[in-house]
Amino acid sequence: MSATTETEVLEHRWPVRLTHWLMAAAILIMIGSGWRIYNASPILPFRFPEAVTLGGDVNVALTWHNDPGVASAIAWHFAGMWVLLVAYLLFVAWGALSGHFRRDFLPVGPTSFRRDFLAAARFQLRHKLGEYNAVQKVFYWGVLVLVLLMIVSGIAIWKPVQTYPLVDLFGGFQGARIVHFLGMAGICGFLLVHVALVVLVPKTFVAMVLGRATGGHPS
Amino acid sequence: MQSILARFSAWNDRVQEMLFNPNKLAPTFPESAAVKDFRYNAWYDAKSAPALDAASYRLSLSGLIGNKQPWTVEQLHALPQVSQVTRHVCVEGWSMIGKWTGTPLRTFFERIGADTTARYVGFECADGYYESMDMATALHPQTIMAFKLSDETLPRKYGYPFKIRVPTKLGFKNPKFVTTIYVTNLRPHGFWTDRGYNWFSGI
Repeated sequence: MSATTETEVLEHRWPVRLTHWLMAAAILIMIGSGWRIYNASPILPFRFPEAVTLGGDVNVALTWHNDPGVASAIAWHFAGMWVLLVAYLLFVAWGALSGHFRRDFLPVGPTSFRRDFLAAARFQLRHKLGEYNAVQKVFYWGVLVLVLLMIVSGIAIWKPVQTYPLVDLFGGFQGARIVHFLGMAGICGFLLVHVALVVLVPKTFVAMVLGRATGGHPS
Repeated sequence: MQSILARFSAWNDRVQEMLFNPNKLAPTFPESAAVKDFRYNAWYDAKSAPALDAASYRLSLSGLIGNKQPWTVEQLHALPQVSQVTRHVCVEGWSMIGKWTGTPLRTFFERIGADTTARYVGFECADGYYESMDMATALHPQTIMAFKLSDETLPRKYGYPFKIRVPTKLGFKNPKFVTTIYVTNLRPHGFWTDRGYNWFSGI
């Protein structure tokens, strides 16, 4: 195995980096505040630890209005949703118009996914800067679909009357809450894998900040 | 940070006002879907709920209203009534379908000569609660003064003699034990809005 010459690879153009970090921040806000809102009326027999939720100091809120910061969590959630919506639409529009999706997210199919997934499972899949393997492509498409699902199910929960019968698409109001919860769980799963892989290949982090990183193509 | 969140909340008020369709009805359900033992919800326990006496109760009217004569329970009950089986959605996420019966606020406003071109309607309640809403929502056909829950006179803990039932808004915008209704062009406060919740809170 011999490394080729170290070259700078242009990996992410600025619209991708900007919308990536906006979406990253918005998604963390949505998850943290969403967990606090969930805790006010859980749909499953557990609550998230207050310390990992977003919405200000619980004791201050309890003293203030006998409510564990749900008001501020909702304020965060309904502010974060606009950041997420705008960043998501910009990312998708730019990805479609610039050719980013066509060039980098396609082609992808079951055969290449299976090949790359098995290679990854044996720790034999090498990361090439500037190029996505099939597992990455499937994950990126997957999280884009999940965020879209969160936006649509979120609108159904936020405005079940004004957007009626949208809520019936999810089996009613409670169904939309369950879908919104499952979508959150899916995005959390994506984030775990995504961040773990960035830790394993730190230059991808550099590339997403600076747009380029030194790497070349190890053979 | 609080001021940024407050700006987003004000922006959300405007968006919701635009989204609100005065002709769009909240979905209704068969009577069999209505929960009989409706969830009690307040910041105090049910035993502390105000006990208003039908004989001495008076509904006060103020602000931009033609005839501000106070109303007795008997007079209120004589108003034409309609029923609805709709979903009450709490800001905390739980929801429950109930059957409410009462007089459309629009009908009442016509009787008392309320200025329906004014922007807001405010409510004051016997338990210290206070709420308000935009005029468009107040005039919505499903916004009613609910005298009954599940075909029975509204029990004390649910807000006797009446609550404002508004299925196009979150539960906390449905004030109970209403003692004063006023019409105004200055946006009134709300109990939970003053504690950080969004004012419009439409659904």
